[in-house]
Amino acid sequence: MPLDAGRREIVLGKVNIISHRCKGCRYCIEFCPSNTLAESEDFNEKGYHPPYVKSDAKCVNCNYCETICPEFAIFVTELEPRNLLSEDVVKTQSRARRRTRRE
Amino acid sequence: MKIRFIDAEAPPASRILENLAAGHGDHPLDRYLKKGRIPHIWCSGCGNGILLTAFVKAMEKGNFDTKKTVVVSGIGCIGRAAGYLDLDTYHTTHGRAIPFATGLKLANPKLNVVVISGDGDLFAIGGNHFIHAARRNVDITLICSNNFNYGMTGGQGGPTTPLESKTTTTPYGCSEHPFNLVYLAKASGAVYVARWTALHTHELRDSIIHSVNKPGFCFVEAITPCPTAHGRRNKLGDGLSMMKSYRDNSVLTTELDPEDTAIGLKGKIAVGEFVNIDKPTFMDMYDECAICRANAPKKSKKS
Ligand SMILES: Cc1ncc(C[n+]2csc(CCOP(=O)(O)OP(=O)(O)O)c2C)c(N)n1
Ligand code: SF4
Ligand code: SF4
Ligand code: SF4
Repeated sequence: MPLDAGRREIVLGKVNIISHRCKGCRYCIEFCPSNTLAESEDFNEKGYHPPYVKSDAKCVNCNYCETICPEFAIFVTELEPRNLLSEDVVKTQSRARRRTRRE
Repeated sequence: MKIRFIDAEAPPASRILENLAAGHGDHPLDRYLKKGRIPHIWCSGCGNGILLTAFVKAMEKGNFDTKKTVVVSGIGCIGRAAGYLDLDTYHTTHGRAIPFATGLKLANPKLNVVVISGDGDLFAIGGNHFIHAARRNVDITLICSNNFNYGMTGGQGGPTTPLESKTTTTPYGCSEHPFNLVYLAKASGAVYVARWTALHTHELRDSIIHSVNKPGFCFVEAITPCPTAHGRRNKLGDGLSMMKSYRDNSVLTTELDPEDTAIGLKGKIAVGEFVNIDKPTFMDMYDECAICRANAPKKSKKS
């Protein structure tokens, strides 16, 4: 944990999917940096498989899925800011360690 | 039909779902779109929808006044973009978006005039308008969805179709040299030239904001996947694999001479801002030269 973790707040995102607009291009699923979305098995009324939010996923509120979706079918709202928890820093640490190893 | 305007205010720091009920539809960006027009006609995976989203995001982030921003488009799949936006928009005849936009700008210089159209519309039938509007430095913004073919009419070859591309009119592969739009725009006199792919959504948005705010002829080329016509005939896979190839092949550069930024069927795509200069616009020059001269006191003739 960073020493100033108590003073840091993070704002995670809540993904909202308008399933009936989706045309199943999968852009949001593939290009999400935190691997939040997956293709559902269900069909929408057009016959495409819209995305759904994985149960264990954590949307980092980067808004990329909202900008890449060609159909105005997905958008992200901000969750209440909350304190940084130890589970939030795991990934950052491992990435930093990887970088040191490469150097 | 009555066109409804919605004031574009800066989005609140944290958007909450309740606010959406007051807007146009389910999506926060719907307030920039004409009511009930979504779903649009574009195919699954078509990059035109991403370009439209980038434009709408630019309107939001750049705080464009919806009452002073007008969009003109020509004919083609991307030409439909004008019809989806809840602004004063005009869908012109094929190739004539630029002259229409020029007229709009000259008649009402306070407007932000944006042309959104396709490679076929702007560079084949409309090619002459492009070079002369750039030469005159008319103060308009041009956004071109370059999908390397004529999508709407079934995928014919056009002025940007790369060598060896298969299209309905080049079934054995295109044998004509294509235009490099970045180089063409620079050579014709554009003051701002940028190229991004549909994957570079944030850069695209920021380039659009910059272009609208910058006086003079600004050109933004967006490489967009057309999986239905160009992708399918050239075995480039679906939209997703075309987007992945943009991710793998895009090279961000500011140093490359526009001359060296040509795009092939496969291979690297140079993206970035290539030109950003200042030059007096058509109206500046006109006011300075023609009007001043007309108003200047006449020399008396010697008898
Ligand atoms: C005067 C005239 N000539 C030809 C056409 C047929 N036509 C319609 S769309 C189009 C090409 C559009 O291509 P592009 O601008 O690349 O847009 P895209 O559909 O690829 O988005 C053509 C040739 C027309 N509508 N009007
Ligand atoms: S906002 Fe970013 S992290 Fe969240 S789902 Fe969309 S792409 Fe993934
Ligand atoms: S990007 Fe949009 S249209 Fe494509 S799969 Fe995701 S929600 Fe559906
Ligand atoms: S034909 Fe091509 S450009 Fe036209 S909507 Fe389909 S994918 Fe898009």
